[in-house]
Amino acid sequence: MTPTSVAQAVYVLAALLFVLSLAGLSRQETARRGNLAGAAGMTLALGATIVLALDTSRRPVLVTALLVACVLLVGAVVGTWRARRVEMTQMPELIAILHSFVGLAAVLVGYNSYLTAHAAGADDAAHLVEVYLGVLVGAVTFTGSVVAYLKLSGRTRSAPLQLPGRNLLNLAALVVSVGLLVWFVAAPSVLPLVLMTVVALALGWHLVASIGGGDMPVVVSMLNSYSGWAAAAAGFMLSNDLLIVTGALVGSSGAILSYIMCRAMNRSFVSVILGGFGTEEGTVSSSAGEQGEHRETHADEVARLLGDARSVVITPGYGMAVAKAQYPVAELVELLRSRGVDVRFGVHPVAGRLPGHMNVLLAEARVPYDIVFEMDEVNDRLPATDVVLVIGANDTVNPAALDDPRSPIAGMPVLHVWEAGEVVVFKRSMATGYAGVQNPLFFRENTAMLFGDAKEQVEGIVAHLRVG
Amino acid sequence: MRIGVPREVTDGERLVAATPRTVERLVGLGYEVVVEHDAGTRATFDDAAYAQAGATTADAATVWSADVVVAVNAPTDAQVALLRPGATLVAMLYPGSRPELVERLAAVGVTALALDAVPRISRAQALDVLSTLSNVAGYRAVVEAAQEYGGMFAGQVTAAGKTPPAKVFVIGGGVAGLAAVGTASSLGAQVRAFDVRSEAAEQIESLGGVAVVAPEAQQQMNADGYARPLTPEQERHALDVYAREAADADVVVTTALVRGRAPRTLTAEAVAGMRPGSVVVDLAASGGGNCELTVPGERVVTEGGVVVLGWTDLAGRLPQHTSQLLGTNVVHLLELLTPGKDGTVVLDLDDPVQRGMTVAREGEVLWPPPPVAVSAAPPPGGAEPPEDPAAAAARRAAEAEHAAAAEATAAEQRALRGRRRLVGAALAAVLVTLALSFAPPSLVGHVTVFALAVVVGYYVISNVTHSLHTPLMAQTNAISGIILVGALLQIGSDDWLVTTLACVAATVASINIFGGFLVANRMIRMFRRDTAGVAR
Repeated sequence: MTPTSVAQAVYVLAALLFVLSLAGLSRQETARRGNLAGAAGMTLALGATIVLALDTSRRPVLVTALLVACVLLVGAVVGTWRARRVEMTQMPELIAILHSFVGLAAVLVGYNSYLTAHAAGADDAAHLVEVYLGVLVGAVTFTGSVVAYLKLSGRTRSAPLQLPGRNLLNLAALVVSVGLLVWFVAAPSVLPLVLMTVVALALGWHLVASIGGGDMPVVVSMLNSYSGWAAAAAGFMLSNDLLIVTGALVGSSGAILSYIMCRAMNRSFVSVILGGFGTEEGTVSSSAGEQGEHRETHADEVARLLGDARSVVITPGYGMAVAKAQYPVAELVELLRSRGVDVRFGVHPVAGRLPGHMNVLLAEARVPYDIVFEMDEVNDRLPATDVVLVIGANDTVNPAALDDPRSPIAGMPVLHVWEAGEVVVFKRSMATGYAGVQNPLFFRENTAMLFGDAKEQVEGIVAHLRVG
Repeated sequence: MRIGVPREVTDGERLVAATPRTVERLVGLGYEVVVEHDAGTRATFDDAAYAQAGATTADAATVWSADVVVAVNAPTDAQVALLRPGATLVAMLYPGSRPELVERLAAVGVTALALDAVPRISRAQALDVLSTLSNVAGYRAVVEAAQEYGGMFAGQVTAAGKTPPAKVFVIGGGVAGLAAVGTASSLGAQVRAFDVRSEAAEQIESLGGVAVVAPEAQQQMNADGYARPLTPEQERHALDVYAREAADADVVVTTALVRGRAPRTLTAEAVAGMRPGSVVVDLAASGGGNCELTVPGERVVTEGGVVVLGWTDLAGRLPQHTSQLLGTNVVHLLELLTPGKDGTVVLDLDDPVQRGMTVAREGEVLWPPPPVAVSAAPPPGGAEPPEDPAAAAARRAAEAEHAAAAEATAAEQRALRGRRRLVGAALAAVLVTLALSFAPPSLVGHVTVFALAVVVGYYVISNVTHSLHTPLMAQTNAISGIILVGALLQIGSDDWLVTTLACVAATVASINIFGGFLVANRMIRMFRRDTAGVAR
């Protein structure tokens, strides 16, 4: 029994715990258990690794131990601080930046692995390829996530960057990478590796920069997937099965999430990855023209409407998150439910900037999850619903997706809110949504527009309801 | 053998144990049937109709001295005296609450079968009289309520304004409760229903009601298909649910009966909380009533203007159909008792159904019977919603046709796509195999692990609920911080450059791990289920 063999055994255990963790997260009832299983697996894996690291240390053990302790301390402090402080509305940014960390770590680990092996004179081709791929994926993940973070946090324009011939640029980057790989394997040196890293960083930046804000849920889950593949690649170069297993788990799970997102938007994965939203179609203007008069309403009228309603469906969107309106919305829901009104939430799969973003916000405001329904569950009920409140959603309730084949979002499944008795749309102004598409819903006869800050408006409605 | 069908002498009883149509079937089993004069008059069957069906009419003494007597209600003392020793009596005998009657029947040497003691197993459904009566009573309860209620059940929008639909709350999801749910929702009311058995929810919803969910007030079923009495705490929670729902309802139908006893479900306080003009129909009035204010057999109006109906004869208020259904139950029983179809009763006490119903034989009291276990999963008898067979067939045919058409168009595209994919997959497989055959053996092992992990990840994630996607992403993000393992192992290198890079990598990876797990945990803890009794 050597430290290495013990560590291997512990790694098997940790890998199993990670699988259990992901399985547990598939349902609310078992989610906490899943979270704990993951943390337990991580603790075991790290414990074994630290022992192994000290055992194989080429420096004085004390120095290594000190370094490890320092590193973990910094990580724990910063990580805990971010996790505690982050607001639920900022969750997409946090997750994006965390992805970039994995990418960065993968790049650095790749370089180290190369340097160590090179110094020992053990440059076999398989290892070189592994290092090369690991650094490539890591670098793409790193800059891609950073750009996603900047877009999501509003520090840069979220509109897609449209360089001429961007598909050719991507292709060129790939070709150059393959060329550099040949060079790197034939004559191992740092130069081709560095060159490739620069190319990959540029590629990651360009890939995400040219994807529009509306596709962000897909991008975030895709980057999640990449970060997994980066970890798996690191596992290959270090011959570490735990890294391979874990990376593959995360990689495939992220890929599936992206696929689910794409299906929800009726778009092919490739077209999301390769292009900005609504740019290739070039027909945005055709449906953006004036569509008629919209009707404006006010909080007291909406309160009266809700007072008479027996069933209400609320369809939240990113606007609710921006206005932080989830708390007054939850209060409104509680008030209505206490009066016997049947209130449900209809959440579109791509509402928000992150898969499941709305659910997290509503959970934060203590809305019970059994009145939050998915699009398909709610659509059947909408014709029998008295009032629909559209809070900060736009493209996900756009009837043009069904009616107008020329619309850039044609074919995307949407919430059929217009089938309900009355629709109230909470909106800042008549501006278009992320997709830049005009929404004919606003001009329907049974639609009323409630302009202004969603949070203040909902609070106003609650006040009127309590008085009335 | 001769079957006697007496006229019921209980006050106000309109039912009869055999109708002309069931008499025909009894005759078909080889029996001679004697019907008492005017036995079916109050159920709209006159003597002539019975005569036409093959029965003879006679006086009470002749009927009661037949070999087999089938009646609805338990016999009076005078009627017991008319029974012949060795005769078979089939009636509602309530052996649980009237042991003295059973003993008397045994004493005179009568074989007595209680129609109300049919075991609740699937095979016995055809002769379950209680299901029959409950079903009719549940229907009638809604009709009675509709008569008392000062509004329309269905909501309407007219030129003169709109009226909301009536809100009906049904307590108990047994046969009677389900019948009430179905009837009320077909009248257009908004129906909510609650049953202490959580399995009843699906049946309630299948009939157009909304099942009220209150996990703390719901329990499981006994092996014999009846609800077990609640624990005091569950009972308290259930009372809260009833009071809350009743306050919101225009009509409350209570149907809770546990082995003939009526538990209290609606307190006087709960009734006081109801709006004036609301109606309570208590189907358990015969057992004392679920509602504290119920007076069996009476209509009571409370101070708060709530009408409480305690009718005990709801099934009897629809005598024609109830008699027909009940008579058919009796026919099914006699089919079971007449294996040779030769007009001779052969009682087989090894059959759990017959054993369960037989309360006295040859001077011996056979009540209570040994317990019978319900074989399949509940629901108890007659709970399925009756669907019109013709409509069902038409619907199925239409669905099938639609599906076939869609299939044909989709099939062609699928085939094309399938072929392309197959070629692609084959190419990829060849390439991977080629690459791997040049690779060192250790790499092949790693690739195996990798491939399996991808597959595991795919299956584990595929059924994640949509609402958990964000926590899942935070969690997978934390897990992919496992790259820290690689970085930690490199910290101990003797090259300072490597150590520095490793330290940076390890720092960012550990931020990832701590941040990811904590934030996932924070999000997961926010998700809560609504514990109050809320519609699903």
